[in-house]
Amino acid sequence: MEKMNINSPDNSIPVELAGQVFITPVDQIYNWSRRNSIWPMFFGLACCAIEMIVTAASRYDISRFGSEVMRPSPRQADLMIISGTVTKKMVPQIVRLYNQMAEPKYVMAMGACASGGGPFKEGYSVVSGIDRYLPVDIYVPGCPPTPQALLNGLISLQKKIDKQMLKNAPWYKKGAIQEIPVPVLGPDLMDQRMYEKIKEHASQQARESEQDQSASSEVAA
Amino acid sequence: MSEQTTAATDPLIADYEGKIQRDNRTGFDGYVVPVELLISFVNRLKNERGYDYLSSITSVDYEQDGYFEVVYHLYRILGGESMTLKVRTGRETPQVPSLYHIFPGADLQEREVWDLMGIKFEGHPDLRRVLLWEGFYGHPLQKDWKEPYFEEEIKPFKSRWPEGEPSYAEDKNPFADNVQYPADFDPTKWRESSESRLYSSLQQAGASILESDESDKIIINLGPQHPSTHGVFRMVANIEGERIVGLKPAFGYLHRNHEKIGERNTFIQNIPFTDRLDYICSMSNNLGYVQAVEMLMGLQPPERAEYIRVIMAELTRVINHVFWIGFLLNDLGAFFTPSLYALEERELILDVFEEVSGSRMMCNYMRFGGVVRDISPEVLEKIRILVNDRLPRKLEDFERYLTNSEIIRARCEGIGILTQEEAIAYSASGPVLRASGVPYDIRRAEPYSIYDRFDFNVAYATHGDVYDRYLVRVQEVKESIKILKQAINDIPEGPYLAGKSQYQVRVPAGEAYGRIESPKGELGFYIVSNGKPNPWRYHVRAPSFINLTGLEKMCLGEKVADVVVILGSIDIVLGEVDR
Amino acid sequence: MNGWEIIRGLGVTLGHFFDTYLEDIRWKGKRYRTKEGIEGRRNASVRGAFTIQYPEEKLPVWEEFRYLPFLVYDISAEGEREIRCTACGICSKVCPPQCIWITRKKDPETGRPITKPEVFAIDVDICMNCGFCAEFCPFDAIKMDHEYEIASRSRDGNIYQLEKLLKSKDYYHSIRPNNSSREEKEKLEKEAEKLKKSESTV
Repeated sequence: MEKMNINSPDNSIPVELAGQVFITPVDQIYNWSRRNSIWPMFFGLACCAIEMIVTAASRYDISRFGSEVMRPSPRQADLMIISGTVTKKMVPQIVRLYNQMAEPKYVMAMGACASGGGPFKEGYSVVSGIDRYLPVDIYVPGCPPTPQALLNGLISLQKKIDKQMLKNAPWYKKGAIQEIPVPVLGPDLMDQRMYEKIKEHASQQARESEQDQSASSEVAA
Repeated sequence: MSEQTTAATDPLIADYEGKIQRDNRTGFDGYVVPVELLISFVNRLKNERGYDYLSSITSVDYEQDGYFEVVYHLYRILGGESMTLKVRTGRETPQVPSLYHIFPGADLQEREVWDLMGIKFEGHPDLRRVLLWEGFYGHPLQKDWKEPYFEEEIKPFKSRWPEGEPSYAEDKNPFADNVQYPADFDPTKWRESSESRLYSSLQQAGASILESDESDKIIINLGPQHPSTHGVFRMVANIEGERIVGLKPAFGYLHRNHEKIGERNTFIQNIPFTDRLDYICSMSNNLGYVQAVEMLMGLQPPERAEYIRVIMAELTRVINHVFWIGFLLNDLGAFFTPSLYALEERELILDVFEEVSGSRMMCNYMRFGGVVRDISPEVLEKIRILVNDRLPRKLEDFERYLTNSEIIRARCEGIGILTQEEAIAYSASGPVLRASGVPYDIRRAEPYSIYDRFDFNVAYATHGDVYDRYLVRVQEVKESIKILKQAINDIPEGPYLAGKSQYQVRVPAGEAYGRIESPKGELGFYIVSNGKPNPWRYHVRAPSFINLTGLEKMCLGEKVADVVVILGSIDIVLGEVDR
Repeated sequence: MNGWEIIRGLGVTLGHFFDTYLEDIRWKGKRYRTKEGIEGRRNASVRGAFTIQYPEEKLPVWEEFRYLPFLVYDISAEGEREIRCTACGICSKVCPPQCIWITRKKDPETGRPITKPEVFAIDVDICMNCGFCAEFCPFDAIKMDHEYEIASRSRDGNIYQLEKLLKSKDYYHSIRPNNSSREEKEKLEKEAEKLKKSESTV
């Protein structure tokens, strides 16, 4: 007889056991419990944070989704809602907080700013989307997203969790999960993964200015 | 203006033998003071003429003329019009004497000017960058400075139409060509210097307070990710046991380049950006901005529009203060339950905003010369029900449960005291100033819009502690409701917008400083126009930012748990602090 | 007295708790998931529970509510789509964060521009939902949508192209009935006036 995977949905209950046992894939129980207790981090960035607070308040009541326990500590949180504009000065802190969160962890980019820079994108101290630094699971467009749009995002995240399987969950795999290198505030925000290129760019800039100077001194001469 | 015409013949100015000149460009006002005379002139203005309140310091880059101009707005705390002073300094090594020792309220504002415009203030004890970090390349508000993803000088961008192809700005400019790195720059050897400078300035301040104590001092950081800091605000406290011996606010974690973007925008494009300054009170921000531009344009909105504006601004004040009361209790430790009740009232008012403007928070409702659309009789009826029944009833509930609650009195009375003299010196405004016994309200001191028609009292209290700030805000909600009742009764029929709504407005050259009493305090917009479609300079005098100047003073000697409450009592919104 | 304030505070919550059930009885089971029920819970006389149970019940949005912009098309007599947009570029000029890109169509033979858009794209990750584009459009071609349930797993498609932006006139009428009828009326009046003028000149 062919060996059936008990977790596969095609696995039918033997006739003699029907009505006697309750079979459910482990994944389903696992995901059901996880998705109904997504604890977000108590972490507001900008305007969207007010809508996030309101979502937790009486009219929209996020506790209907099991997410009312907003944890100020990243160690106890499952979900990081990037609620607002991410500035260059704030990115190192956000990455650090993300690294401190325990697996499984999710990131939701709430609003235009967190997704792609938003209206302030053209400015000098705003990052064009948090997904340049962190893996983002859900994007909620809007400026700001209304509380109902945020809840819609939460439901999408629940659906995503529903599709995950224990078998290939990265957090049970052997070996440490790679931390994201914390960006450094230099003349501009510097991603550690880009150091080589920044160095190259800086030296090129120096060469160019040298050339400019020599050219201008020649002209002066 | 009358203030200044009389001042023209003022013996005080005659004393300087023509060295202090009227600014006689058309559309401009005030006096141009030579750098070396600034300190003596300001001292005499303060002592002999009673200009004791430094409202705002800002700077303008006149690139074509080759100088920076630092602009000071001084007021009398007893009311009246402003005294505008201007100091010019060359663009090569810009330097101006600091007013820190005359007006401590200049502290953060001068640091901001140094940070963004690069003007050094001689004599400032702690001139660090405030919104950006040490080591950042250049000073962004200088006109020849370009940001990493710089596209074009002014909006509208030519690349959008008629040959627009969507693209990401960061792809076009991947390694941020405009970022200037020092020669031989090696990122692996880079050391951040912001933190060390912050800590050393803190230790200097701390040492002078408690010299004799033998116990150790520790420095702790509250924020930027901290549940009590109302956003991404950071306080670095030097503590001894539980007591604060030194405290420095550190901000800029939400610096969104409001002013740089504002100078690229056309005038009308700035309106939705002002929504995002103080994102709890977008209506009053709109009002402040359109009023400043209307001053430049010489535009008078129709009667009905004025009434609608007042109604919206006062509803915003109710929202802000009710929200604040909820979150004060949060800071006191009553986790979230009281704010749920406060947010209920806010939701009901937001429904009104959404119905008239289309958005709950980012209203974008006011236009130059009026408002974007009329309010219907149904909305007016809804506001009437709220104002006549719901809000007074709920406010009474709040008062019954909170005002005499022993827990609140024990935690708030005598905490975070700012005396009358200190409040004025630190340029505090709004409820923080009024709780310290200064009944200064711009709606009374220099009435704008149609506030001179309404009968209301300026709420104030005398102790200057957290509890009095609470009392002032509760009282202010009551006064707001009073104004709202009158406005709803008197609102006339008629047009809601002067002329036709246009996407390009002609703003004559000149300057304007428009200020309103926003729920947080004095919200001022300083605008310089050179007759083009974009403002040449656009500066926001943010009340939450300037109110923070006195934070350290309020916190010294208090316990760590009280710092959270004191910060809450100032009522900051980070969008406005960092802009 | 120590602790009395805590008891008073808990009393508020208890009162709220009972109010909810009293209201439920008063509404005779119609308080939830009905239109009147939602209206009843959002007006100033609400007592007890205040929650709108999204996603089972949705708070109806107002006519003026704005989220992202969309383009309106008419259906011609032949059943073809007629885009109202004339690629005049006012929306892209007035847009505060400059998130609208438009390429005008060109006549393939003469190379002259024609008044239709070839490319019309909006980056919703920049859009600030301010509604200026809809407010200043002289052809009523771009309007603000009510659709807010658009959370997604990736932002690859977040630059909305012409096809995604187009929505029918009927859809527009369904979300903003007052505005669209007013605009229709104005349009008819204008046309009538034009007709009158041309007749009088003839």
